[in-house]
Amino acid sequence: MSNGQDTKTFFLDDDEIPFEEGQTIIQAALTAGKYIPHLCYHPEFKPHGSCKLCTVRIDSRTVATEDGQTVKIPGRAAASCTTPAQAGQHVESEVPELLDLRRTLVQMLLVEGNHYCPSCEKSGKCMLQGLAYDLGVMSPHFPQYFSKREVDATHPDILLDFNRCILCELCVRASAEVDKKGVFSLSGRGNTKHLICNSESGELGDTNLAATDKAANVCPVGVILHKRHGFEVPYGQRRFDTAPISDNAVQYAPVKEQV
Amino acid sequence: MNATASTPVKRKLKVATTSLAGCFGCHMSFLDIDERILDLVELIEFDRSPLTDIKHCSPNCDIGIIEGGVCNAENVHVLHEFRKNCKILIAMGACAINGGLPAQRNSLDIRDILAAVYAQPGRGVHVPNDPEIPLLLNEVHPLHEVVKIDYFLPGCPPSGDAIWKFLTDLLAGRTPTLGHGLIHYD
Repeated sequence: MSNGQDTKTFFLDDDEIPFEEGQTIIQAALTAGKYIPHLCYHPEFKPHGSCKLCTVRIDSRTVATEDGQTVKIPGRAAASCTTPAQAGQHVESEVPELLDLRRTLVQMLLVEGNHYCPSCEKSGKCMLQGLAYDLGVMSPHFPQYFSKREVDATHPDILLDFNRCILCELCVRASAEVDKKGVFSLSGRGNTKHLICNSESGELGDTNLAATDKAANVCPVGVILHKRHGFEVPYGQRRFDTAPISDNAVQYAPVKEQV
Repeated sequence: MNATASTPVKRKLKVATTSLAGCFGCHMSFLDIDERILDLVELIEFDRSPLTDIKHCSPNCDIGIIEGGVCNAENVHVLHEFRKNCKILIAMGACAINGGLPAQRNSLDIRDILAAVYAQPGRGVHVPNDPEIPLLLNEVHPLHEVVKIDYFLPGCPPSGDAIWKFLTDLLAGRTPTLGHGLIHYD
């Protein structure tokens, strides 16, 4: 794989992954076509490190005890989207412990919002749903929260359904960093935290969001929806009908190859 | 020991099914296993089910398959009857698992819903109150919030292939797994 003496690499599970100085673990992994589950990470924005789905273990050790047994000392857990890659690191991702924790995180997100896939037009291309499929989430496990949230249909082209918001801040970052509009923000703390629109009325229709803005096209779940475009792709042909989310690592890679 | 005993005949597992606050779509999808139902009835016999019209569970059912969430008092009674009589309970379909589409009324006040549904122009609101009509709960709940559920089979509905894979795994003593293409929430 290495084409020069100075190519730095680290190990992700059993694979040797090359990286450039300054790349995070997830950037290097995705560039190499190795998928690490994630929700709030997006190659075009600054890492956020909030969803914790991309958590990996770094440099676990196995030591021999006095009575001849071996004990595994787990390495530190870190969000791979905010942790710089370092040469020689041993990173664990696809291990039962982390898969269980990721499954639990997804289950908590699913019961916190009102995620009714059968009536959601994002179904089949929703990252939360795709991740849940991939992690084998068969049950909610937790009691349903049944949060009461409104929808905002005031914008001529965009519908906001806050019931499905996972607070990843991708729209917030896209609007601030790319569109330079600052249309979205998060407000409140703890379980009152919610997405708001920066206009005097608080309504999306009174902001200058355009349907072509990055912020209007970055939502990983079914919050920011384009009106008159629902259910355009038939059941069976949608993205996660045809391939699981983990098959699309290169799609999220920071350096896009020809896909 | 009786040396003349031939191969023991395996007892067929008793399977009960019902639909609570569901649309019977999961039961229809169950029938999408098509001719494989002939293989299935070699292994199981149906007890209480819309397919047999038996009204109550036998006390020794092996598997109970429940479609739909819990939206009224009768649903609660039926669910408890299944839990009491079935060794294994399966929540089948989106509504059984998270309330599904019926649970979208949970953000509304039940009085407002009844008033809107039973308003008659010029004659006020007449909500039916016959004692035979089960009382609505103020919220629709998934099954696992009322009784212990052993297995969950997601989908709206789960496809015939998913139901077949799930049941054959379970009958063979394996933990049911679906995998890509069979696991669906819609």
